Amino acid sequence: MNIFHTLFKTSIGKKIVMAVTGFILIGFIVGHLVGNLQIFSHPDKINEYAHFLQSLGPALWLVRAFLLLTVVLHIGVAIALVLENKAARPQGYAGQKTLKASYASRTMRYSGVIVLAFIIYHILHFTVRITHGSEAYPQTLLHGEVVADVHSMMVLGFQKPLVSVFYLISVGLLSWHISHGLASMFQSLGLRSRAWSSALQKLSVVFAVVYFLGNAAIVVAPLSGMVKVQNPALLTSAGQPCSTDCQVCETRVAKN
Amino acid sequence: MNVTLRVWRQKNAETEGRFEEYEAKDLNPNMSFLEMMDVVNEDLTDKGEEPIAFAHDCREGICGTCSCMIDGKPHGPEHGVATCQTYMRSFNDGDKITVEPFRAKAFPIVKDLVSDRAAFDEIMQAGGFVSIRTGAAPDANSIPVPKEAADLAMDAAACIGCGACVAACKNASAMLFVSAKAGQLNTLPQGQPEKDKRVLNMVATMDEAGFGNCTNQYECSAACPKLISEEFIAKFNRDFTAASVRSWFAAKAL
Amino acid sequence: MKLDSKIPSGPLDKKWEKHIVDGKLVNPANKRKYEVIIVGSGLAGASAAATLGELGYSVKCFTFHDSPRRAHSIAAQGGINAAKNYQNDGDSVYRLFYDTIKGGDFRSREANVYRLAQVSSNIIDQCAAQGVPFAREYGGLLANRSFGGAQVSRTFYARGQTGQQLLLGAYSALSRQIGLGTVQMHNNSEMLELVVIDGEAKGIVTRNLNTGKVESHSAHAVVLATGGYGNVFNLSTYARNSNATAAWRAYRKGAAFANPCYTQIHPTCIPVSGDYQSKLTLMSESLRNDGRIWVPKKVGDKRPPAEIPEEDRDYYLERKYPSFGNLAPRDISSRSAKEVCDEGRGVGPSGLGVYLDFGDAINRLGEDAIRERYGNLFDIYKEITNESAYEVPMRIFPAVHYTMGGLWVDYNLMSNIPGLFVMGEANFSDHGANRLGASALMQGLADGYFVLPYTIPHYLADVPRDPAPPTDAPEFKQAEAEVADRTAKFLGNEGKESVKSFHKRLGKIMWDHCGMARDKAGLEEAIKLIPALREEFWENVNVPGEGAELNQSLEQAGRVADFLELGELMCRDALAREESCGGHFRVEHQYPDGEAKRDDDNFAHVAAWEFKGENQPPERHQEKLEYEEVHFATRSYK
Repeated sequence: MNIFHTLFKTSIGKKIVMAVTGFILIGFIVGHLVGNLQIFSHPDKINEYAHFLQSLGPALWLVRAFLLLTVVLHIGVAIALVLENKAARPQGYAGQKTLKASYASRTMRYSGVIVLAFIIYHILHFTVRITHGSEAYPQTLLHGEVVADVHSMMVLGFQKPLVSVFYLISVGLLSWHISHGLASMFQSLGLRSRAWSSALQKLSVVFAVVYFLGNAAIVVAPLSGMVKVQNPALLTSAGQPCSTDCQVCETRVAKN
Repeated sequence: MNVTLRVWRQKNAETEGRFEEYEAKDLNPNMSFLEMMDVVNEDLTDKGEEPIAFAHDCREGICGTCSCMIDGKPHGPEHGVATCQTYMRSFNDGDKITVEPFRAKAFPIVKDLVSDRAAFDEIMQAGGFVSIRTGAAPDANSIPVPKEAADLAMDAAACIGCGACVAACKNASAMLFVSAKAGQLNTLPQGQPEKDKRVLNMVATMDEAGFGNCTNQYECSAACPKLISEEFIAKFNRDFTAASVRSWFAAKAL
Repeated sequence: MKLDSKIPSGPLDKKWEKHIVDGKLVNPANKRKYEVIIVGSGLAGASAAATLGELGYSVKCFTFHDSPRRAHSIAAQGGINAAKNYQNDGDSVYRLFYDTIKGGDFRSREANVYRLAQVSSNIIDQCAAQGVPFAREYGGLLANRSFGGAQVSRTFYARGQTGQQLLLGAYSALSRQIGLGTVQMHNNSEMLELVVIDGEAKGIVTRNLNTGKVESHSAHAVVLATGGYGNVFNLSTYARNSNATAAWRAYRKGAAFANPCYTQIHPTCIPVSGDYQSKLTLMSESLRNDGRIWVPKKVGDKRPPAEIPEEDRDYYLERKYPSFGNLAPRDISSRSAKEVCDEGRGVGPSGLGVYLDFGDAINRLGEDAIRERYGNLFDIYKEITNESAYEVPMRIFPAVHYTMGGLWVDYNLMSNIPGLFVMGEANFSDHGANRLGASALMQGLADGYFVLPYTIPHYLADVPRDPAPPTDAPEFKQAEAEVADRTAKFLGNEGKESVKSFHKRLGKIMWDHCGMARDKAGLEEAIKLIPALREEFWENVNVPGEGAELNQSLEQAGRVADFLELGELMCRDALAREESCGGHFRVEHQYPDGEAKRDDDNFAHVAAWEFKGENQPPERHQEKLEYEEVHFATRSYK
């Protein structure tokens, strides 16, 4: 039996693919969240971080390709599973009771689809940067170099209530998806037993909630005005004084 | 007590089915669900109509023949019992009770409430055994089995093969059945030599039969009349992964 | 009719070995040329099919169930005996043999029983190797318990589901052979006729229960492993679909039916709760260790048990059998319950029940102690009756649960029709007039794994290696026509009464006249009532539906038609056996204390009945039971 047959032709193999790709994607979103939480720090931090990632060049593209492959596998196999599962019961029941399946587990395909739509929007919004006009994607000086001002881009982005709500809902659904998915992947990989199944389920939910709160903070902070745009160029053009003693501002304040 | 039954009637696998309603009157709350069906069938017979076909045999919860989906749950509202162990006192006077067959592509309907579960037998034929020649066994006490392993194997072995797991699963997956059958043997020392082959072959046959994929929702375990734990599915997944990895790297004899 | 038991000569403990050595063998290359039909897939059928398939024969196995795993062997709870002496408590092959012969009230064949005890050990080895999860001790070795009053612990068990586990073991072995192609499995196929060509069994006619298709199957030998006939009583602990049709069809084709009157009645079952009742459920006899059995003293006393004061209660077993009291043997206990109910003192809605009261035990030991001992049984009782036996006395009543009689077979398990073999509960051979607990599983597996595979070659070796007869032979065509006729007759009948109703009526006649206690007048009456009922059945039975599809009424009709004939034979046998022994109690033949009184001078024989034609009295033949090793003794419980 070869590896491709095991992973893509057997029912358990497909579940393993879902679990492993799910695990990678959770790993990615955790890293992504930690990176983005830098929004609460000095703008230079996140800008520097973003600039570092951008500067990776081919390595970045390798990582992107890997993530894309993971997502494609996760979704492709999910579609295959859904189709097979539909075919496995051509005629449904007049009314089927749910005995203990969680609501999250029963809505994986819907939460998954919405999250996919969100991811596409999110990439267009912040990675490809085409959903809004150029004013949404400012630049700034970092160590004398002109770089994308990711901090301001995020703040500007989330200051729009519609965008923020969409992000909140989507991240909520993603967390919802993970609250089942995380515990589920342990079952698929055979790493779940009665002894720790309840702890595992609770941990998954806690993880999902923490993940949601972290993301929500990033969205809500600019919306509520807790985190503000600090790019001097943007502030002056808006006729506002700089409020933070950033390095850039320092220079500006000194000039004044 | 009186109840109204909404029963799936289907002449055979080829024809379309539909729900029909029947009144079941003057029931004793202590009669079993199947005895209530007997009474309804006697009425139908006396009226010159065709009785409802339903699968049943031992009527003490061990043969696994009975298989009604009652109000959307396999074997009825109670926990950990088969249809034959469900009593009318679990229902209320005046209830309308929907009775359907177990439905899955791999369990085609034979007639009315009877579905064909031969796919389970095929899975067993693929690997649900220890290849031991009659008469060739060593003395039974020459293979000690830790009590914990024997008890765990017995938990899995309690499966009555009724198919409630498939019926309850939103995906019509047979994983609880297959994992219980394989789990029993894979837990015991007697089952070790054929463990990998057993797991791979049983999965292949299960997939071929047209069952769905595991939901990881454990509806199967909740509907199981013997309350077999989904733990066996996790173990089976683990055994499958290990067997697959070993098979990728297995040295082949010339 | 010549009944040659073919018991080998020589000392008892060497007979089987000698028989194997003396027997003929079939060349390995020729085995696949022999086709063997096995009907039934319970312990005996599945184990034999698996073993013969493995040996290389071409096996076809038939079951009316949708899967071989559903046979009623699955419901056996207690355990399986084997003379392993793992407990170091003095068990031996001889002791198991002697206990079985004595338990059977000296009405079984010495040589058969000795062989059963000899192979019992191999069964445990075989099943353990198959992965049957027997109970274990902490050291990893097999656990045993003492069962059914045996003085040694020789019973192996798997929780309370030993029958299920052993059957699934045999089923797994059978599944392996089906997968390998050595056994062709026919599910949903009910045998409706035996085909005999030139005096030898050469095939069967079956009906596919799902499609109604009638099919002929030919072979070089036919093996029946179709279980017992307790459902002749309608209500029993048997599965609803257990039936005697295969055995009965063989009887009508000339196979002798031996000791049909030997039926075992279990004293502690949950009583009938209403007319709709379909099934009786067994409660473990161990309950009698702490429960006290009583009924009200006054006829028609309908007060709730708690309101009946001590002086108005009749602890009848303690009164009649002061030394044994509530632990009186099964048959005594069952008969006494029937007597008090016949007097009108029975309890419960139907009046057919007696109290098994744990009140005293709970007061003495506390509820927790009782819960610990019997918790799961009390739960089952609660599940079925919705009553808590901690609060109100349990109600129990005896029920039919095993038939010792069956088709006559010789030492090779072959009936008097050459080529027709019979195994397990379907034959009569090993339990005499009464079966001991944990022995049914032992016999089924002994026959299937270790006896038939050795004895069937004796017959096959002399059968020409030509292909099995074609299924268009006139004998097959005639058998098919008989099946078709019967089906047409049922479906075309413009009757008014359901099959179930006739079955109930037959069951009542059998229970009243050929149940726990039998007498001449009652049996004679039954022999008049049953043919009358049979006639009414054929005139007035209403079988709805069609023949070419799943039709459960039609299936039942065929089975009940055969029960209506078998019931009469049971009564005739009970009438002819003018003694009491084991499961056969004739009121006329008892000691003053109510114990069964055997007549070893006149009835130490097997009664084998020969079919003499429709509505003709059958002929009773005798096979004398020769005891070389053991001596007759009176069973005593004092």
